[in-house]
Amino acid sequence: MSTTLWWASEEFWRKTAVWVTAFMAVVLIFLTFDSVKKITAGSQRVPAYTVINQRIYYRWNAERGMQEPVIGDEAPLFGQKLDADAAWALVDKGKLTIQARNCMNCHTLLGNGAYYAPDLTKAWLDPAWAAEPVRETLMLQFLLDPETNARGFGSNRKMPNLHLTEDEARGIIAYLKWMSAIDTNGFPRNFKPIAQPGD
Amino acid sequence: MQPGVIDSRNLSPGQRVAVKYFIAALVLFLAQVVFGLIIGLQYLMPDLFLGSLDFSTARMVHINAMIVWMLFGFIGSIYWLVEEEAGVSLVGQWLANLIFWVFSIAVSVVVVVYLFVQYGPGEHSSLWLINEGREYIEAPRWADIGIVVCMLAFFYNIAATFMKGKWSGISGVLVLDLVALAGLYLAGMFYSTNISMDQYWWWWVIHLWVEATWEVLVGCIMAWGLIKTIGAKRKIVTTWLYIEVALMFGSGILGLGHHYFWIGTPEYWLTVGGFFSALEPVPLVAMVVHAIYDAGVHRFKSGNHPALAWLIAHAFGNFFGAGVWGFMHTLPQINLYTHGTQWSASHGHLAFFGAYATINIAVFYLAIQKWRGNVWMSAGMPGNGWKWKWSLALLNLGMIGMTMALLISGYEQSFVERALGGSTWSAYFQAQQTAWFVQGMFWRQVFGYIFAIGTVLLIWDLLTVGRGEHRPQAQLEEVMTA
Repeated sequence: MSTTLWWASEEFWRKTAVWVTAFMAVVLIFLTFDSVKKITAGSQRVPAYTVINQRIYYRWNAERGMQEPVIGDEAPLFGQKLDADAAWALVDKGKLTIQARNCMNCHTLLGNGAYYAPDLTKAWLDPAWAAEPVRETLMLQFLLDPETNARGFGSNRKMPNLHLTEDEARGIIAYLKWMSAIDTNGFPRNFKPIAQPGD
Repeated sequence: MQPGVIDSRNLSPGQRVAVKYFIAALVLFLAQVVFGLIIGLQYLMPDLFLGSLDFSTARMVHINAMIVWMLFGFIGSIYWLVEEEAGVSLVGQWLANLIFWVFSIAVSVVVVVYLFVQYGPGEHSSLWLINEGREYIEAPRWADIGIVVCMLAFFYNIAATFMKGKWSGISGVLVLDLVALAGLYLAGMFYSTNISMDQYWWWWVIHLWVEATWEVLVGCIMAWGLIKTIGAKRKIVTTWLYIEVALMFGSGILGLGHHYFWIGTPEYWLTVGGFFSALEPVPLVAMVVHAIYDAGVHRFKSGNHPALAWLIAHAFGNFFGAGVWGFMHTLPQINLYTHGTQWSASHGHLAFFGAYATINIAVFYLAIQKWRGNVWMSAGMPGNGWKWKWSLALLNLGMIGMTMALLISGYEQSFVERALGGSTWSAYFQAQQTAWFVQGMFWRQVFGYIFAIGTVLLIWDLLTVGRGEHRPQAQLEEVMTA
């Protein structure tokens, strides 16, 4: 007769391992269906790519206890309003360039990546770009020649020249503008955005 | 066969494949350390290799070498134990050899392209041929497909060998875990314009590998390792393995939610991720208790002292690196300030080393012992075993030092950049220039050198340990009564 107590037996823990794993996997799959729906571009949390035609604010929401992006009036990127296809194409060019140039191994995007250069989640809204009227021009100049237009704020860390084409640089700027409109549950906290009309 | 001489006739067919993986793993480990030293120095001297070997390229090699050497170590470990567990010879030795060479050549090509091409235009062709630009899984898409094919062939070889021979609790868990491990990689093999969608699935690969399937895999290796090194009872280690699987998947699968706090995903992940990731240290405590209790029952006597020492280092390293250091910043209330700072680097270093490097090194010692003809590797090794003891000490000291230094920099960054400065670019650079941040980076580099010396000593020891040794391996019954 076995002297092993039921709760210490191999058989009991084998079944427990199988059932716990299966249950957690099923819960994850259900949550994934819901989350994927809520983060599809064009949803409330992740805006459509045409958001690059609008002004984007980052404002305190007292009810949620956090800052959140607020889509404002019309403010087309580079002064040109784009339809859905053209907006997607521009943002997509930015995403492809960000991946192909390996940006994430220096920067973080949504806080993920490397920590050698600033987070890009709200880079579009960053006061580093002086003021709204000159922001796009300064960003374009910086990306095309980061060594001459360095923004190291007294540090001697520099972004290398990645030899971007102007199309790629415009794509990246569109991408950063779209990304700044994603609702990130208040990350980064306490962010102090660039001054915009209506602030 | 002469004892103390490296001789492949001492090994089974699967073990002959395994040692090839171990050698490749050690080469990549060394590469990881070298590139780690370079990027550590670039924090202190930003002009170093600027324009020729930028931080982004060197870091990509640093973290990719780590992922691949650990995978090679795991694959080798499984080839090492599969025949003993199954009780039959490996089904496809030629296939195993073929996969090894295909895999190794592919990795070499990927690294050469990383170093000499570095990046391409913003087009899909760059993602297919040069690099995908997604942290940890930067390998271009052609290599992704190659990895999947290699993993499928590897899986066939292991599963078919167990099917031909006999199954055990350890092999059952191992094979099911390999299915999950290979399947999850597919979640990282697509492109999306939408970064929230991109990162949602990217974390399925990264988190569900390193915080779930890899942990269970090392649980299997640990279970087998305890049977081999100290003669632990199979029934006990198998029961513990099931407990660990239940706790690991019970907490780790939904613990995935701690990566879904800030990437655009719904607010309920703050609760789900916070709760389950807070439970994630529990299985790691169980693993420490299990390892130390079993080793204690056997009075820490073993037939392979270096391997047992590294298994104990694994139990503690896993608990502190993955468990404690992960828990410290896993709740959303603190993670809001620490996410994407040097805190993550501190945790990443101790966790990968503690959980995975350690156990691979333990298996390397088991392998070299048998390769030299099951020679003596217990107490009273020549020179009192100074090389393995010093490399163990230097590697652990180096890693703990780097972890603490990065943590101090991380505290500074979270406070100055995030809490006070409001996370702007100006706040980022202000934090990077504070004295305590810079001191943290300086000491990280000092301890990095200590770690590098430990690595060289480890490789030297693995090349020489047991050479000329004529005493046969201590039998566990002998050491128990000694």
